[in-house]
Amino acid sequence: MLKYLFAREEDIPQGSAAIYAGVSAIAWFIIGAGLGSFNAAKLAFPDWWHGYYSLQFGHMRQVHVHAVIFGWIVLAFVASSFYIVPTLGNTKLWSEKLGIWNVLLWNVGLALALALLWTGITSGREYSDHIWPIDLYIAFFMAVPWAANVWLTILNRRTQGIYTTNWFFAGSTFMTIIVFLIGNLPEWFHLTGLNEAYMTWWFAHNVLGLLITPVAAAITYYIIPKITGNPLYSHRVGHLHFWSIVVFYSTPAAHHLMSAPLPEWLKSFASVEGVLILVPAIAYVTNILLTMQGKWRMFVENVEVKFTITGVLLAIPLNFQGGFQQTRAINWYIHGTGWIVAHAHLALLGFSTFAEAAAVYYGLQVLTGRKLWSYSLANFHFWMLLIGFSLYWISMTIAGLIQGAGKIYQVPYIDVVIAEHPYMIVRWLGGTLVFLGNIIWLWNMYMTVKEGTPVPEGRQPHELAYER
Amino acid sequence: MAFRQYRIGSIMFGVALGTSMMVTIFFPSIDMSKVEATKYALQYMLMYGRESAFAYEDPFLEGKGKPITVVLSKDPKTGQPLAEKVTAYVYKPGTPFPSPLVHEGKLGDKIEQASADLGKYKQATEAQGAVFLVRETKDGTPYIENATATRGWTPEATLAAADQQFYAGAGRTMFIREGCWWCHTLLPEQTKDWQTFGRPPVIGDFNGTSPTTFGSDRKAPDLFHVGSRNSSREWMTLHFFNPRLVQPHSIMPRYDYLWYTGVKDKAKAKQLQEYIKRWDKEYLAYARGERVYPPEVPEPPADSDARKLIDFVLTLK
Ligand code: HEC
Repeated sequence: MLKYLFAREEDIPQGSAAIYAGVSAIAWFIIGAGLGSFNAAKLAFPDWWHGYYSLQFGHMRQVHVHAVIFGWIVLAFVASSFYIVPTLGNTKLWSEKLGIWNVLLWNVGLALALALLWTGITSGREYSDHIWPIDLYIAFFMAVPWAANVWLTILNRRTQGIYTTNWFFAGSTFMTIIVFLIGNLPEWFHLTGLNEAYMTWWFAHNVLGLLITPVAAAITYYIIPKITGNPLYSHRVGHLHFWSIVVFYSTPAAHHLMSAPLPEWLKSFASVEGVLILVPAIAYVTNILLTMQGKWRMFVENVEVKFTITGVLLAIPLNFQGGFQQTRAINWYIHGTGWIVAHAHLALLGFSTFAEAAAVYYGLQVLTGRKLWSYSLANFHFWMLLIGFSLYWISMTIAGLIQGAGKIYQVPYIDVVIAEHPYMIVRWLGGTLVFLGNIIWLWNMYMTVKEGTPVPEGRQPHELAYER
Repeated sequence: MAFRQYRIGSIMFGVALGTSMMVTIFFPSIDMSKVEATKYALQYMLMYGRESAFAYEDPFLEGKGKPITVVLSKDPKTGQPLAEKVTAYVYKPGTPFPSPLVHEGKLGDKIEQASADLGKYKQATEAQGAVFLVRETKDGTPYIENATATRGWTPEATLAAADQQFYAGAGRTMFIREGCWWCHTLLPEQTKDWQTFGRPPVIGDFNGTSPTTFGSDRKAPDLFHVGSRNSSREWMTLHFFNPRLVQPHSIMPRYDYLWYTGVKDKAKAKQLQEYIKRWDKEYLAYARGERVYPPEVPEPPADSDARKLIDFVLTLK
C-alpha cells in the first residue's frame, strides 16, 4: 500500500485507499475490543496484572473508547465511503492518493493520540479527551482530507441525482468538522464551569448523532438494495430521515446532563427534542425493513444481509431507549449507571458495528475481486459478535438497574459493588468473545484476498457458488 | 449542466443547522455566562487554579503551576493570632490565575464589584503572585479578597505562617490524570443522592472550574463531598495504597505507585519502589494467613503524587 504514497494518481488501482482503510479498521477493532475486554477484567478482578502500573484502569479506559470510535467505527466509515460514494456517483474516487495518505495519517495520528491518553495526558473532557494539538491534527489531517475526498467525488459524479447514502456521507462529513471545531472551543478559549460541561456533552452528543448513527444508516441504505436487488422502499421516507436527523438529532445535547444544574429551560427543551429522535429512527428502520420484502431468506443465507439487518433490528431497542431514557421520568433512575454503558454499546457495538462489518465484508470482496474465503467462518464471526454483544448488553443493563435501585434506596455503595460482581464477569466474557471473533474475521479476510475464488467482471460475489 | 443542482437543499441545510446551533450553543452560553457564582464556586476556583488538565504550565499533568491552600491561625505579616482560623489560597509568583480573575464577566456583576472595591482583586498579578481569601459582605454577597493588597500578606510569608498546607490544586490534576473520574462522579444528583452523597451542586457552583469532570459512569461513590463524610488521612492513606486493606470487596485499583511518582529525591523514590515490591510479597503471605498483620503502609513523602491526591480528596467538603 505504502508504495502508492508517491505514485502517480493514474497508477494507483481503484479501491486501494478503501482496502487500506478497511484492513486498518479491522486491526483497530481487534485492538480496541482487546483493550475493552482487559478493562472489563480489571473491573471484576482489580488485582489482576497488579504491578504493571501502565495497565491501570483509569489510564486504559479512554484508550479503549477512542481506539474503537476513531480506529474502528470512523475508519470503517472512511473505508465504506471510499468505495460506496464513487460507485453511487458512477465515477472514481476523487483522489486515491489523498485517500491513502489520509489513512496513513489516520493510523499514525491515532497511535500517537492513544499513547498520550494512555500516559494520562488528557484534556479531562469525556469523548473530547484529546489535548488540543491532537484535536487540531484530527480535524485537519484526518477529518478534512476525508471530507474533501467525499465531497469532490460527489461533485464529480456522473449521475443525475444524489442517492440517499451520499447525502448522508456529504452532510455528515461536513457536520463532523463543524462539531469537532466548535466542540473543542472550551479548550481553546479556556471556558469554565457549566459552559465547559455543556460544551463537552454537546460535542459528545453530536459526534454520535451527526456522524456515527447517520453514516451507519447510510451504509445500510446502500448494502441492502445492492445485495438484495430490491430498490429502496421509499426515497421520500429517506428524505424524512435525513432532514429529521439534521433538525432533531443536533439539538438534545443537554439531555446528557439531566442531573446537573443546567438552566431548566435547556434541559426541558433537550428532553422534548430527544423524544423526537424517534422520527428519524422509525423512518429509517421501516424503510430498510420494507426494502427487504420478498428477500427475507437472504437474512439467513447471505452474510452481509445478515449483519446489516441484525444491526437495523438492534436500532429498534436502541432508539426506544435513546428516546425515552433521557426524559426526566426515567433518567433519574438510570443516569450514570451501567444501563447507559449498555446503551452506548448497543449504539456502537450493536447497531453501527453490525452495519459496518457488512460494508467492510462486502467492500473487501468487491474491491479485491475475490469471493469470501469461508462462509462458515463469517457465520462464526457473526455469532461471536452477536453472543458477545448480547452478553455484554444484558449484563450491563441488569447491573445498571441494580445501581439505580441502590441509588434510590440508598444502599451502602459497597453492597452495590458486591451485587454487580457477577455481571462484571459476564461483561468481560462478552467483550472477550467479540475480541476473539474479530481475530477470526481478520484471518478470513486475509485468506479471502489470498485464496478467495476470483469474481468475474460484472458479477456479485454472492452470486457465485462455492467450489469447495 | 443538466445535473440537478441541490441549491435549495443546501440552503435549507444551512438554515436548519444554523438554527440548531443558535438554539443549542448561542442561547445556552449567553444564559450560562450570566450565572452569578456562589461562595463555593469562588473557593473551588481559587483552590484548583486555572486548568486541572493539559495546559501550557503543566503539559504532562504533574500538578505544576497550581495554588496551595493553607489554613492560618496567625497573621503572616504581624504574627498576631487571628480571631478565627482562615483558609487562604496562595499563588506563588508565576502561578496562573483562574480565568475569572483575568477575564471580566464570569462571576456575576455584584461579586465582581465587591471583589474589586473591597477585595482589590484586580491589583493582583500573576508575575508577583498573590494570596486570596473568600469573604462575604454584610448583605451576604461572597467576594474575593486579594490579601496581598489589603493586608500585606505575601505568598512566602503566608506559606511560612501556615498551620497546614494542602496541595489540593495539584491533587485535582492527579485526579484527572489517574482517571478517578471514570469511576467516581463529582456530581451528587438532584434526586435522592443528597441523602447519601450530600448536597447536589446548584447552578452557580462551578464558575471558574475547568474541566468540571462531573463523570458520567458511576461505578463508585460520588466524591463531591467525600471530605465531610470521611476526613481521616490515615484511612485515605491505607485506602489509596491498597483499597482492599480497608474494604475487602472494593474494585478500586491500588495507587501505591503514586507514593514514588513526583518524588524529587531519586534515591528515595527508588527505595520506595523496592519497598512496594517487597510489600506485595509480605501482603500475600498475610493473605495466606502466614502473618498476623499486613505489612506497614509507608507515609507518602510530602512531594509525592499520593500526598497531593489525598489533600485534594480531603478538601472535598
Ligand atoms: C475501578 C473504579 C475506581 C477507580 C478508577 C477509582 N476508584 Fe475510588 N472507589 C471505587 C469503589 C468501588 C469504591 C467504594 C469501595 C471502597 O471504599 O473502596 C471507592 C472508594 C473511594 C473513596 C472512598 C469513598 C467514600 O465514600 O468513603 C475515595 C476517597 C476514592 N475512592 C477516591 C478515589 C480516587 C482519588 C481515585 C483516583 C486516584 C479513585 N478513587 C479511583 C472505585 C474506583
